[in-house]
Amino acid sequence: MHGTQILDEADRLMTVCNSCRYCEGLCAVFPAMEMRRAFSDGDLNYLANLCHSCGACYVDCQFSPPHEFNVNVPKTLAVARAESYAAYAWPQALSGAFARNGLVISIIAALSMAAFILGFAALNDRSVLFGVHTGPGAFYRLMPHNAMAALFSAAFLYAVLALVMSVRAFWRDIGPAIGGRADGGSIFQAVRDAGELRYLDGGGVGCYNEDDKPTDRRKLYHHLTFYGFLLCFAATSVATLYHYVWGREAPYPWWDLPVVLGTLGGIGLIVGPIGLLVAKTRRAPELLDEQRYGMDVGFIAMLFLTGLTGMALLALRETAVMGPLLALHLGAVFALFITMPYGKFVHGIYRFAALVRYAQERRSEGGS
Amino acid sequence: MSSKYDVLVIGGGNAALCAAISARRGGASVLVLEGAPKFYRGGNTRHTRNMRCAHDAATEILTGPYTEDEFWEDLLRVTGGQTDEVLARHMIRESKDILNWIVQQGVRWQPSLGGTLSLGRTNSFFLGGGRAMLNALYLTAEQLGVDVEYDAEVTDLVIADGMFLAARLKRPINGESEIRATSLVAAAGGFEANIEWLKQYWGEAADNFLIRGTPYNRGSILKMLLDKGVQEVGDPTQCHAVAIDARAPKFDGGIITRHDSVVFGIVVNKHAQRFYDEGEDIWPKRYAIWGRLVAAQPDQIAYIIFDSTVVTSFMPTLFPPIAGQTVAELAAKLELDPAALEKTITDFNAAVRPGTFDHTILDDCVTEGITPPKTHWARKIETPPYLAYPVRPGITFTYLGTRVNTDARMLMADGKPSANMFAAGEIMAGNVLGKGYAAGMGMTIGSVFGRIAGREAARHARN
Repeated sequence: MHGTQILDEADRLMTVCNSCRYCEGLCAVFPAMEMRRAFSDGDLNYLANLCHSCGACYVDCQFSPPHEFNVNVPKTLAVARAESYAAYAWPQALSGAFARNGLVISIIAALSMAAFILGFAALNDRSVLFGVHTGPGAFYRLMPHNAMAALFSAAFLYAVLALVMSVRAFWRDIGPAIGGRADGGSIFQAVRDAGELRYLDGGGVGCYNEDDKPTDRRKLYHHLTFYGFLLCFAATSVATLYHYVWGREAPYPWWDLPVVLGTLGGIGLIVGPIGLLVAKTRRAPELLDEQRYGMDVGFIAMLFLTGLTGMALLALRETAVMGPLLALHLGAVFALFITMPYGKFVHGIYRFAALVRYAQERRSEGGS
Repeated sequence: MSSKYDVLVIGGGNAALCAAISARRGGASVLVLEGAPKFYRGGNTRHTRNMRCAHDAATEILTGPYTEDEFWEDLLRVTGGQTDEVLARHMIRESKDILNWIVQQGVRWQPSLGGTLSLGRTNSFFLGGGRAMLNALYLTAEQLGVDVEYDAEVTDLVIADGMFLAARLKRPINGESEIRATSLVAAAGGFEANIEWLKQYWGEAADNFLIRGTPYNRGSILKMLLDKGVQEVGDPTQCHAVAIDARAPKFDGGIITRHDSVVFGIVVNKHAQRFYDEGEDIWPKRYAIWGRLVAAQPDQIAYIIFDSTVVTSFMPTLFPPIAGQTVAELAAKLELDPAALEKTITDFNAAVRPGTFDHTILDDCVTEGITPPKTHWARKIETPPYLAYPVRPGITFTYLGTRVNTDARMLMADGKPSANMFAAGEIMAGNVLGKGYAAGMGMTIGSVFGRIAGREAARHARN
């Protein structure tokens, strides 16, 4: 018996699946399962985070409900996965944030944006807040660059620390790799598998979301969102280099690298999350983890808000609403950063860790 | 006025869908009547995982060639010669092209599953299993414009002089309670889920049989056809049956209730007596005889007994083994006579000769001086905990069927071919399988004869 009901259920299912194995060609979960005959909590959390929720094993399973064996791997692993986020959260005192995550994220986002608006209003004259600012350093008339850099660096570093501590707990709990061999090749393989979402393809025909036909487009929307996020991150990084290395201050012209990267990323962060959100609302109820609806939607909404406020800021940066828009954008980004370790963002980190572990196990299997 | 199709397919599994697709590709309008609800569509195909096809060279997923002659020899051996050579050789020849044809219908292959390496050369596995295969066939059929109705139970067939006229329905479809069609393809399975019918041949023992697959294969279409003058083929007691876990549900337990552990231990009946050579041959060649062997034992129950040294030698099982620290404790849990089981195991252990164990070949671990002997893989059972799986006969499908010719056309009792009735799948498997079974053959029979039946049914409708 395991610590939780959902892990007991996951154990039951993996025992059923391990005596069947029809799905082993669909994704990484089933080959990883086959390397084991019994499942610890860590094993099950590893398998849960390896699952990309493509839905193929549900549609293909002869034992899925209404069959009495009641095999529903995608939903069970989705719940187990979400519970694992809380179980490994650092510090543990904040693990409760996962319980009503949608609410938590909305409150923090609202507070953060309000704080920036109020802060701007308190520290600046009306004429500055609603003034038209152009040319290098325009943004920093509302908030000094050093203050901005210090605040966001602190938020970002905290998020990184909390994520590292969380994933460390996960990595320890899933135990040594079967056949254990850690090497750079496994990490490279995991980067490729995550980068192309290799296991979000229903074993080759595509994923399932709303019915038993492989017509799902989540992979495309996830690529838009993920690469949009990375491009925005790259835009910020390039701008930081411009600022400190070359002394070139934002805002930059539309053709300059930070703006080009940010614009492409912003488009991805608007289109991708809309697609994911629509897919979420259409997801077949038997595959959906209703309890985590708020967490999923909360994170998608945060990404969308970040993209939208950023694009609005770009479009209207030479008008009088630049000040309030900058406050909104900074508020959204700040909230995104500090909630990263306590929301759906962590799925990417745990899944990447699980893919590294899987690559290790596959490589040691192939080598033996 | 009742609705009229070129081809009516009764059934919804592999054979039925191959027939429907092939008839539709042949230009016919096609209606498929599946008696089960949508989730349970496809009969026993839902539970299958591979198909045995001949091929002259290794493929992406098959490790080596499997010639027509080798396939024929395997069939000859498992059936003990009880097969129709003309039909069987025709099926084997046609199976070669099925490997490609079925992929064109959307089905995807994958290499042999973990734990089934012995089938890697002969059998092609469906990616995602039998239900994934069915989903692909249904999707293709629907895209081609085949009409499919679920919960569509046929209550009667109107047949005159070997000519199919119409099928009557329990529940009207679009207001019609009778469907007329120019040709009929019957692909509605055997009668394995009809316990009363099984009892006609097996007596009360049939109450102890477990049905591995769909509860919907009650043989009603087979019975109608035989009652209306179609020639019967096959021994009604013959079927594909294996030993499955006695704790499995009565119906639809599928693949996961099977046991692969027989060769690693001994098998005893309710009197704690061994009754057959557990090491006769490599398991995939012998697994299909154990259903009948157990069916012949008192109360149709047996126990696979082994010890803790071999627990990881076979596939993990759905139900855990029953364990005892001593043979007597295990016997008590199994409700067997402890003294009898102890004697059986002691005698067996004393008869085991030294040898080099290798479960992948016919090794030299044998017994001497006991009956029945264990002729390979015999090792002492002496390391506690002692473990056991209770097993019962698990019927996969029956062989009594309708006689067909190489066009999959049914023959009437007087030997004349029917004008417009064809059969494919379990309902005519007895033409090829007089007895015995080799893994993946049911699907070969379904796809090959389904494809032929659909093609010929469409041809008849065109003329």
